[in-house]
Amino acid sequence: MSTSASARPNRWTPMDIAQLVLGVLAVGAAVATMWAALVYARPATNLAGDEQLAQRIFYVHMGTIMGALAGFIVSFASSIVYLITRKLDWDRLCQAAVEVGLIFGMGTVVTGMFWAKPTWNTYWTWDPRLTTATITVLVYVAYLLFRNGIDNRQTRARFGSIYAILAFSSVPLTFFSARWFRSIHPVVFGNENPDAQGGFDIGSTMGTTLGIAMIGFIIIFSALLVLRFRQLRNEDELNELREELA
Amino acid sequence: MTLSTAKQTLISVQGVSKRFGRKRVLTGVDLNVEQGSVTTLLGANGAGKSTLMRIISGLAKPDRGDVVLGGVSLRKAGHELRRYIGLVTHAPLLYDNLSATENLAFYARLYDMEDAAPRIDAVLQAVDLWSRRKDPVRTFSRGMVQRLAIGRAILHDPPVLLLDEPDTGLDPASAELLADLIRTLGAANRAVLLTTHNLERARTWADSVSLLADGTIAFCEPAASFSEQSLRRLVIRVDRDAQDYATEDDMAPDLVGEQVAG
Amino acid sequence: MATTMATPLSGPIQALPPVQMRAGGGLASFLRKVWAVAAKDLRAELRGREVFSSMTVFSVLAVLIFGMAFDLRVPEAKMVAPGVLWVSILFAGVLGLNRSFGAEMDRGTLPALLLAPMDRSAIYFGKVIANFVFTFGTALVILVATFFVYDVDLLQPLIFAGVLLGTLGYVAVGTIFAALSASARARESLLPILLLPVMVPVFMAGVALTAVVLDGGGLADVTNWLGILIGFDLIFLIVAYLLFDMILEEV
Repeated sequence: MSTSASARPNRWTPMDIAQLVLGVLAVGAAVATMWAALVYARPATNLAGDEQLAQRIFYVHMGTIMGALAGFIVSFASSIVYLITRKLDWDRLCQAAVEVGLIFGMGTVVTGMFWAKPTWNTYWTWDPRLTTATITVLVYVAYLLFRNGIDNRQTRARFGSIYAILAFSSVPLTFFSARWFRSIHPVVFGNENPDAQGGFDIGSTMGTTLGIAMIGFIIIFSALLVLRFRQLRNEDELNELREELA
Repeated sequence: MTLSTAKQTLISVQGVSKRFGRKRVLTGVDLNVEQGSVTTLLGANGAGKSTLMRIISGLAKPDRGDVVLGGVSLRKAGHELRRYIGLVTHAPLLYDNLSATENLAFYARLYDMEDAAPRIDAVLQAVDLWSRRKDPVRTFSRGMVQRLAIGRAILHDPPVLLLDEPDTGLDPASAELLADLIRTLGAANRAVLLTTHNLERARTWADSVSLLADGTIAFCEPAASFSEQSLRRLVIRVDRDAQDYATEDDMAPDLVGEQVAG
Repeated sequence: MATTMATPLSGPIQALPPVQMRAGGGLASFLRKVWAVAAKDLRAELRGREVFSSMTVFSVLAVLIFGMAFDLRVPEAKMVAPGVLWVSILFAGVLGLNRSFGAEMDRGTLPALLLAPMDRSAIYFGKVIANFVFTFGTALVILVATFFVYDVDLLQPLIFAGVLLGTLGYVAVGTIFAALSASARARESLLPILLLPVMVPVFMAGVALTAVVLDGGGLADVTNWLGILIGFDLIFLIVAYLLFDMILEEV
């Protein structure tokens, strides 16, 4: 696709159009999510002060979770497809999904910590979801480091895909063991159940805002995914040309 | 799956291509080795001899084309076909900490050999390592390691033998032993494909000589008629890669020597 | 199939007895080769003593250093012993796993295994057995060392069961990751980074199980942890079996 674009620079490929549309949508989605989260949504009625204010980070928090989840599911699926078809595009998609998913995953952990401080009075707690999110981020950082260590392009794709599949398989087990682990772990804050403290009732404007945020972040994720995917494709092409000239 | 014993083409390389990145190493190689014959494969370093050997042995996959061993396609065959292949590579494929006997016993088990002990003893004698059979391989000289590597390749009596520079590191006596062995294998209806940098051995050890250049078989003729004429053609054929040859130390003496003589 | 090949050689090596191969393959042949690979690694280790000795020395050192680190601030050794046990197993295990394929890579012997007429998962399972022997052996040393240094009654059947299952899951994942990282740059430092985040379920289940048993819990109190360990072992042995062939399809 990119080769035809370079041959006829004025012609728009479907990929170019998709990229432009998604880019515009993503900017719109970002604006809409911010507006909904900060202006449209009513404050949580059962919270007050800092807690009430901090609750609004919830929309971004849930949004980033959607982005991270989408990234890791796409990477898992495209790894399987790569191993079956052996088309490098699937490996590029996997790498792009991991990289974009990682940004959202780190966003999830950081927004979670910011929210936890006023609500639970600590940045860090061994909450099973927080633990799982953090470990998953580490797993995918390891994936990127691993890819980096393999020179042959085909081997990198094959080994990366195998690791991505194995790594993904451990995530549910991590979650369950983290959940059960808490039952014997000393509890940092008064209550057994983290949901009980800092919880709130979802009103109608809050529900709508949550929907806007989640869809908005999926659109932002898709736009970044397409951009990064095309970038990786160009990078491979550039490397091959460089190799040929060398 | 049974390999027929009738006189036939045991190794048949059919249009094999292989590239690494954008670098084409092999571009449509065709090569046949018949039962009971020995073929030498010549070529500059980097011409793809080892890559071709790896593809025939199933260690690497061709991008295009196929290898047919005794009528069975390597692409379609399962792992059972590997039973019929013996390979000597640049790496000796031996475990340093194990003794010569233990190394061979290990491979005998991997190849499902029943009651392998007498066969192992005979192979150790054939490659002249009987007296050192209990010593760990790490104490062996380079020539001894190479002889054991050859013994390893013939241990399971494969009909297809691929010898990638088997004469590396061998002293003259061992080279003579190897020459005998190769002749015997040819006489015993095996198909032998070997590479070497020594043109004299290429001619005298084999029934036919092939040259791999520019990713294809540039040249193939009976060893008996492989002489100064064919050598001249050979040199002219590879002249375009003359710079390659000039930089390959181990290749240059043989070729240059013959070239001057011719 | 073997009969057609039994043509005796003639000439100087005429004395070579004809080769007789067991016909067919089947499970018995597969298991024989799995054991051949495992036995080869174990025998090479007996001769070379390169892996197991460094694993055990490292693990005893780790137990002592953790003991020093916690001695001043932790009122009861029982509180940290489970963590020390499992952290030491994980860290010492990496040493052995790195050599598992690293040694084959360094000596260029991997093609010999790939040339053999067998399903390549036999290499995986053979290596899993050898790595299990090394790692479980090290774990036993750690158990004994922790028992003496911390004066905690770790030598209980349920803890042995936990260590057994945990070690199996660890080498199941570790062996395939070792095969993956063997051809990568800086493989020695890469392997723990790949391995440890994936091992979190085993680590948490192992620590929790050990702690519960030390607090006097019985089988009924640790069934969920044993469940996690068994589930982990099964999932990764099966997924590794499915994927392993693809790692070695071209090296």
